[in-house]
Amino acid sequence: MTKKLQSITNKLPPLVALLVVLAIWAAATGFSWVPSFMLPSPGDVFEAFVSDFTLLMRHAAVTLCEAFAGLAIGVLLAFVLAALMNRFAFLYKALYPVLVITQTIPTIAIAPLLVLWLGFGMAPKITLVVITTFFPIAVSLLDGFRSADADAVNLLRSMGAGRLKIFRHVLMPSALGSFFAGLKVSASYAVVGAVVAEWLGGFEGLGVYMTRVQKAYAFDKMFSVILFITLISLLLMWGVTLLRYLAMPWERKEKEKK
Amino acid sequence: MPTSPDAVLRAEHISKSFGDHKVLEDVSVSLQKGELVCLLGISGAGKTTLFNILSGLMKPDSGRVYVNGAETTGQPGKISYMLQKDLLLPFRTVLDNVALPLILRGVPKKEARERAASYFTRFGLAGTEKKYPDKLSGGMRQRAALLRTYLASDGIALLDEPFSALDTITKGAIHEWYLDIMRDIELTTLFITHDVDEAVKLSDRVCILGGSPGHILTEIPVTEPRPRAHDFMLAESFLGYKRKIFEALQL
Repeated sequence: MTKKLQSITNKLPPLVALLVVLAIWAAATGFSWVPSFMLPSPGDVFEAFVSDFTLLMRHAAVTLCEAFAGLAIGVLLAFVLAALMNRFAFLYKALYPVLVITQTIPTIAIAPLLVLWLGFGMAPKITLVVITTFFPIAVSLLDGFRSADADAVNLLRSMGAGRLKIFRHVLMPSALGSFFAGLKVSASYAVVGAVVAEWLGGFEGLGVYMTRVQKAYAFDKMFSVILFITLISLLLMWGVTLLRYLAMPWERKEKEKK
Repeated sequence: MPTSPDAVLRAEHISKSFGDHKVLEDVSVSLQKGELVCLLGISGAGKTTLFNILSGLMKPDSGRVYVNGAETTGQPGKISYMLQKDLLLPFRTVLDNVALPLILRGVPKKEARERAASYFTRFGLAGTEKKYPDKLSGGMRQRAALLRTYLASDGIALLDEPFSALDTITKGAIHEWYLDIMRDIELTTLFITHDVDEAVKLSDRVCILGGSPGHILTEIPVTEPRPRAHDFMLAESFLGYKRKIFEALQL
């Protein structure tokens, strides 16, 4: 019972903060502090969301498709590269700075180039998602591999385990926690990355829809898309948390103890 | 020290330096089947280096290591070992941790688990099979690590200060238990320690490693018959052995 109470009190502060923001927003529009064509009221945004629901879903399906494909490729690439970089020190030394540099390139600047090179279909969007999601995962995996206990690695060597077995039984499980932390960041980047890529050219997707309603000055619809994207990102991040819970049962038990 | 050719573990004339610093000089040790030998050393005498060389994780500059007559110098995978740190993998259940050496050797998972589980009662671990290591007490974790070492071994184990992180009472209890289980499982053991009481209490022979670079100063047989009485530590003979060791250490 007290546990339940505690979980309610824990969730209370962010809920209150959220409600306060909503109240200020409602007040600003309701008392016309801000003209309604510049800032739609929460009610208008909700209405726009409901009336455009089917359209939003259709566009969301495309965006999610791009985000998932990009994320999957990003994870795969990150995994292969991190494993190789962990195995070969010279690769680590050579590629780590390159990895960091790829992160400092503003994605918004290369998105038009990608469209130029890859056309208006899904390819440039997926590529952009790969570029943005790949880095956090690769770095978190590398850190994870390096966090593995060197004595445990030696112990497995003494048991006659080769590199592959050591990777499978020690390095990989040791890196899982760090991997999921990276995946969580990347999951939210994935949706935003896909939307940004869609802004710059395409026929379908939430980003395309967003630019259309923006050009029509339909700010209520614009806001409803923004909120919808936020919601999708939150859901994805929650999905990663769930995945982590399922993949790391030893962590789970620890929480039960507390 | 003479090394006999029928020893199950034999190290001959091991020397090792790191840069200009010579750590081990002409160290020879040999263990007969079923023997428990304590390697008692002053800190910095190269205990851990010798340990790494014996387990094959490190190559000596000169000298050779033989297991059951075959040379294994610099080849890991022939002798199992256990450290003060239990090194139970936090992401595996206790049973899966213990079964790991069998799985690594290619035993099917189910069979490996069954074989490992069959020892749990004897090692005082019944009921911990599905738990994760962080739920176990220090003594239990060391027993689980010892069982894993036993399953990894082909009858030879190196124990590097396995009980030194435990408190005195737990340590005493685990010594009693260890002496008991040693009679059941025939394990040839080289036991590294800096605890004189522990060395006398457990071993058939105490080899004293000292000096810089480290070499075997002397070897003291502990002829007290087994099973040893619980009050062996309070006996006159116990003090006699201790005195000899202190003399050898020039304390």
